[in-house]
Amino acid sequence: MDNESLKTKIAQWVPNAEFEETGTSKAQLLNVIITPDKLLDVAYKLRNEEDMKFDFMFSLTCVDFPEHFMMVYHLRSTQTWNEVVLKVKMEDKEKPQVETLCHIWRTAEYHEREVYDLFGIVFKNHPDLRRILLDEEWEGYPLRKDYVDPVNMISL
Amino acid sequence: MTEEVETKDAIKTQEYFVNMGPQHPSTHGVLRLMLELDGEIIKRVIPHIGYIHRSIEKMSEKDSYRQIVHLTDRMDYLSNHMNNEAVCLLVENALEVEVSDRVKVIRTIMSELTRLSSHQLWWGVMGMDLGALTTFLYAFRDREMINDIFEETCGARLTVNYNVPGGVMFDIHPNFQKRVKDFIKHFKTKLPEYDRLLSDNVIFRQRTEGVGILSKEDAISYGVTGPTGRASGFSNDTRKHKPYSAYDRVEFKEILMDKGDTFSRYKSRILEMWESISIIEQLIDNIPEGEIQSPAVKQVIKLPAGEYYQSVETARGELGVYVVSDGQKSPYRLKFRSPGFSNLFVLDHMVRGYKIADLVAMMSTIDLVIPDIDR
Amino acid sequence: MFDFSTLTQSIHDYLISHLSPFWTTTVEWVIIGVLLIAFVALSVMGLVYIERKVAAFFQLRLGPNRVGKWGLLQTLADFLKLLMKEHITSKNADKFLFNLAPFIIVTASFLAIGAIPFALGLHVMDINIGVFYITAASSIGVLGILIGGWAGNNKYSLIGALRSGAQVVSYEISAVLSILTIVVLAGDLQLSSIIESQRDGWWIFKGHIPVFIAFIMFLIAGTAETNRGPFDLAEAESELTAGFHTEYSGIKFAMFFLAEYVNLFIIAAVGATVFLGGWMPFHIGDWAWFNDKMDYIPSILWFFLKVGFVIGLIMWFKWTFPRLRIDQLLVLEWKYLLPINLVNLLVVAFIAMMGWYF
Repeated sequence: MDNESLKTKIAQWVPNAEFEETGTSKAQLLNVIITPDKLLDVAYKLRNEEDMKFDFMFSLTCVDFPEHFMMVYHLRSTQTWNEVVLKVKMEDKEKPQVETLCHIWRTAEYHEREVYDLFGIVFKNHPDLRRILLDEEWEGYPLRKDYVDPVNMISL
Repeated sequence: MTEEVETKDAIKTQEYFVNMGPQHPSTHGVLRLMLELDGEIIKRVIPHIGYIHRSIEKMSEKDSYRQIVHLTDRMDYLSNHMNNEAVCLLVENALEVEVSDRVKVIRTIMSELTRLSSHQLWWGVMGMDLGALTTFLYAFRDREMINDIFEETCGARLTVNYNVPGGVMFDIHPNFQKRVKDFIKHFKTKLPEYDRLLSDNVIFRQRTEGVGILSKEDAISYGVTGPTGRASGFSNDTRKHKPYSAYDRVEFKEILMDKGDTFSRYKSRILEMWESISIIEQLIDNIPEGEIQSPAVKQVIKLPAGEYYQSVETARGELGVYVVSDGQKSPYRLKFRSPGFSNLFVLDHMVRGYKIADLVAMMSTIDLVIPDIDR
Repeated sequence: MFDFSTLTQSIHDYLISHLSPFWTTTVEWVIIGVLLIAFVALSVMGLVYIERKVAAFFQLRLGPNRVGKWGLLQTLADFLKLLMKEHITSKNADKFLFNLAPFIIVTASFLAIGAIPFALGLHVMDINIGVFYITAASSIGVLGILIGGWAGNNKYSLIGALRSGAQVVSYEISAVLSILTIVVLAGDLQLSSIIESQRDGWWIFKGHIPVFIAFIMFLIAGTAETNRGPFDLAEAESELTAGFHTEYSGIKFAMFFLAEYVNLFIIAAVGATVFLGGWMPFHIGDWAWFNDKMDYIPSILWFFLKVGFVIGLIMWFKWTFPRLRIDQLLVLEWKYLLPINLVNLLVVAFIAMMGWYF
């Protein structure tokens, strides 16, 4: 399934989804940007729809933009080796929240813990949302752009 | 914390926790596993990581792309060359720079040598984890030759740092081809010895066959890549599916197994070593001429604004680099999708109901490198 | 052949002519004790050195080569280091049992070594139930492991101790059953008469295939009893860090170490005595000429050569095989070794009854 037909299909599910293509001119990835409330639905369909079957989540991360947080899910189908990037835009910078996807892709459970640890994004219904890399007592979320650690960080 | 189980005779047994690590001989680094045990049978494994988290991703946001390459050596130190390559390929692709054929071939040979040395170390340690202490030194005997080749060409044995965006740092040493050929000749006689010493041992077979079975569906769902995933039948070889460097011009098989037990994971790595040897043999005699650094890559690299993803196949699985660039000389956000991170967390799923000794065997076959997990 | 009993007898005669019988016995005890301790200390140091060199040989290394000529003093240096190390007892350990355990394990080893005939006429005591006594004495050692594992208040050592308990208790049966085959053939439990019965050939040659099977069984069971690889589950470095002696340090650790090598020596000595004729030179039936020539080699040399051979075999296992898992270990004993041993014992009994051995 090429990017165009994927686009039309997803546009049917989520009319207000934004699309963009990123990557190099040789390898274009379709990016689907949706709002947090649509995530679970879209993710479930991407995983299980017959001609998509994006069954392998190979990367899950977050980007801290000045105005919003962006969750980035890289998905791949192990049968066709198609790839799609699912993005969730979170306008709420104070209390970013998004549904967990660990029931759809098991690997998400630990990547989400990492994102929670480093970005402070709360995953609703996550079975075990704890810090994974840092101490339980750590204050702040280091990968946020506004994070300052006067003791340990050397600013360049 | 503990759950009480009532047995038939109303003797109360209690499950208990054992901390395996962060200092433990078989966690191969500072990994801490909390084991919930019933006697010797494992009920649950809770991995605790982060003991050597060095926030490479945060540091990268301040560094230039040339500097980031150096940090990647310190992630999966056994796949150092491939880690370098991942960042370099990403930069080259983003800048739309084509490197010369010579660089591509050199990179591929070096990658495969790195893979061989990583698998050799893994084999030695695997034997040691199962109590066969001799394997370790056999593996190191052969690994030493690869390290010598690296030392001669790159000046370093472990953190080679050979790749730079746009090429490789120096041309290969005049001895390179001869030494690689010597090594291949030597190792082809030694690899069957590995099989004789460990693979065909009755005790080893009993310890590994039918133990720690990981189904293909679970492997995909948990995102288990590399030989670990391929032993379960999950075809995920980036070299095959998204060829980079010179992998499109060599012939090699992607080793796929169907059982998914500890022995399959073991065997898939042994067979992969044969494939690596074959790849090196195909390339070593015809390294094309060409420049070793592309002049199109400037000293200060600024990637065009946008998002890039590049994956390479390290010895442990798919290493992905995801970069969000805002056009500055350092990335806005950089994420390493490290294979070890995903592979580690399948352990809990695999190990339940098995014994402590099986856990050690499974951990070996997942082939964990802790800095790769923690980044 | 030189008979050591003439030497011991002359010492005894000398003492009894100067002292009262009570003091004679006392002085003899002291001499024996000192000699035994010296022998054990020296032989353990030698064994550790040999083990390291053997391991190095198997692993393409050189082994110790810095302290003394060919590294001969390396073990002594290590021993001195262990002597000077701090004794650490963890806070919640059961202090009495924690300190008692190394002594139990060492005592058991010393008890067993007392009954071993080193050469013609050279043994501490030649009791008429020698085989029984050695197996009984050496099996006390597992108590030390169990107590040490429990008292350290460490879960790793507890797991190691429990593994070891299950292991030693199981493999004791096989070891004893395989020795019993020779007891049946020789018709005596006394070690000296078992050796004497091999004057016309060692049992491993005289007893056909069943005795050979028994010897293999004994090697396997003996390796398991001494907790050595591939049966080193009680220590299992890669699983339980150091197993039952995780919490021990300094000289107390050295005592466990000592006991391990003494046990290795005992197992090898028993194997050599029972199956390979002990100090008995290599004799073939009634070839008087050949047997006379063999007698020129001193009996003590024969004994140590045979012990060295068995120890070499056991070390070869350790540095080649991976470790078994606990359930496989018990399956191997109860489902394979024990039935084979029982059948083997019946076959040997039948052979002995019919007099079909040489």
